[in-house]
Amino acid sequence: MEKFTVHQGVAAPMLQINIDTDAIIPSREMKLVSKQGLGEGLFAGWRYTLPNGREPNEDFVLNQAQYKNSSILLAGDNFGCGSSREHAVWALKEYGIKAIIAPGFGSIFYHNCIRNGILPVVLGNDEVLGLANHVEKDPQTCQVNINLLECYVSAFNTDHQSTELEATDSVNETLHFSFSILPAQREMLLEGLDGIALTLKSKSNIASFKQAYQRQYPWLA
Amino acid sequence: MDKTLFEKIWQHHLVQELDDGAALIYIDRVFLHERTGSIALKSLEADKRKVVSPEHVFCTMDHIVDTVIGRGDNTKVPSGKNFILATREACIDAKIKLFDVNDPQQGIVHVVSPELGIVQPGATLVCPDSHTCSQGALGALAWGIGSSEAEHALATKTLRVSKPKTMKVNFNGQLGFGVTAKDMILHLIGKYSAAGGAGYVIEFGGTAVDALDIEGRLTLCNMAVEFSAFTGLVAPDDKAIAYLKGREYAPKGALWQQAVAFWQSLYSDEHAQFDKTIEIDCADISPTITWGNSPQHACAVDSVVPFAPADATQNQLKALNRAYEYMDLPAGSALKGLPIGAAFIGSCTNSRISDLRLAAKVLKGRKVAENVNAICVPGSTTVKRQAEAEGLDKIFIAAGFEWREAGCSMCFFAGGESFGYRQRVVTSTNRNFESRQGPETRSHLASPATVAACAIAGCIADVREYL
Repeated sequence: MEKFTVHQGVAAPMLQINIDTDAIIPSREMKLVSKQGLGEGLFAGWRYTLPNGREPNEDFVLNQAQYKNSSILLAGDNFGCGSSREHAVWALKEYGIKAIIAPGFGSIFYHNCIRNGILPVVLGNDEVLGLANHVEKDPQTCQVNINLLECYVSAFNTDHQSTELEATDSVNETLHFSFSILPAQREMLLEGLDGIALTLKSKSNIASFKQAYQRQYPWLA
Repeated sequence: MDKTLFEKIWQHHLVQELDDGAALIYIDRVFLHERTGSIALKSLEADKRKVVSPEHVFCTMDHIVDTVIGRGDNTKVPSGKNFILATREACIDAKIKLFDVNDPQQGIVHVVSPELGIVQPGATLVCPDSHTCSQGALGALAWGIGSSEAEHALATKTLRVSKPKTMKVNFNGQLGFGVTAKDMILHLIGKYSAAGGAGYVIEFGGTAVDALDIEGRLTLCNMAVEFSAFTGLVAPDDKAIAYLKGREYAPKGALWQQAVAFWQSLYSDEHAQFDKTIEIDCADISPTITWGNSPQHACAVDSVVPFAPADATQNQLKALNRAYEYMDLPAGSALKGLPIGAAFIGSCTNSRISDLRLAAKVLKGRKVAENVNAICVPGSTTVKRQAEAEGLDKIFIAAGFEWREAGCSMCFFAGGESFGYRQRVVTSTNRNFESRQGPETRSHLASPATVAACAIAGCIADVREYL
């Protein structure tokens, strides 16, 4: 799995709450018994003018020139709620999304992100809005920087290389927010770990647990 | 120290605490279906990994398979046949028990698993399907996962899990006339939002949950994911034990006695601490229906589409305005009397025999309104057979409902059958998301009894006038 350490890029705001995985990848776009070929179906219901069509809807944020090459989504609370379909994450990944910043995520979606090298960042509602206000000034230059090594997100302006932009709408506060993520999930992303390989190191533990378990609960053996 | 039911099940399955803060949890049963299971099995094989305990893995054809009478491997879903063939082949290769297309036990995973006694109290069960939480109704720790995690469970018999927080939701008092488990869960989500359960495993309790039969509890737990919970569960009681007795995969003989003795220890201790508690007074619950494009847009059937609350955030307003626009229902619109084009009874939420009996009670001697496309899809072939033995199919058909083979069917649109562009549907399913049941279809979630009443009325109706 691809490692995630730091990433800086264009961020697209999609701030309405409760964007579900059916919206991220409609079931009708899951045509193959495969994890591939899903990028085109990403947000298909909003991205194209007609269901099943491919004519871009110019009103949709990712179709707008200023949001070209977006690699980060700024989202509302409960992003990725609904269906467990990992296709939502595979579609985002294939499209080029590396991280999603939201006040909260659907639980299964969150775990699917971790398993596929996409970083889900939980920030407060006002912090996400602050970042959205920053990028909306000029999305191509007013970018977002995410650092998983030190667990922070900051506003970034490509015209002022490596300086963090000061927020103009709040009193001398820089747009620099720490976030927390469970150590297990952080490590998985930083190292690009394969969970199965990692768990198989505990193979003998699992085997002896299973033996004792089946003695105690023989009806489940 | 007093423990919650969840804590007990967690401890029983804890293989080891991991260095990274997560826990390695032993998984008793894995269920798969042709939509996501096929991909998990294929990917596992590509990685040259094996299913370690195939005797504990089950698979069913429910998501893509047609529900029209006389169905086979061909599907109305474009390329759906590939999912069916790939699943069948992978199950044969991995020696997994498959409830195939025309198997007499085929059906929706969360209907089949309880009715065959595959899910049991105190067990852990996972499935790459978000509604796996349904199965917590029998006192199991059952939750939905993605395909990658399914591969992990299949290959290692464990999952790496970060422990969720605990919540108790008590439904106190008695349910009013015409109010069902579906109305309970819609009411909860309507009141506390679609994100209200995020991060929690929820134990449902209180007098009204005690009074529910197992099928009602399956409906209640089914929509825990719509509350964004890790999962939901109900402590197993005598009803759960009686429900399981004699089912095909339930323990038999001496093992049954041993299992029952253990199951009776599965409850939250008197002074167990939950991280959060919600109390619901059932007197406040009316027959409930959703008006918008999120399950949290739920309100009493005799009320109006709500206005935005004064303290709504910008993002909440964005979502509300989108919902008014998408549903073509401005704030203040009355729901009762709103004309509908279709009515659907089915899905893992409400397609069990008790659901069909209740709907049939409303439909008996009545006719579906003109121009309403009414469809009933039993949750499993077993449910279908039982309904036919009771003559319920005749009541549905006489009323003007189409009577189908078992499966997920039109709970979601996968490019095959749909209710049609911008059609307004009253549905016993769990998701009213945009385009969920067809291109820009407008779905209103409700109990199967309410769906039946609406089908008769040709518009959104109060089921209490039809019982």
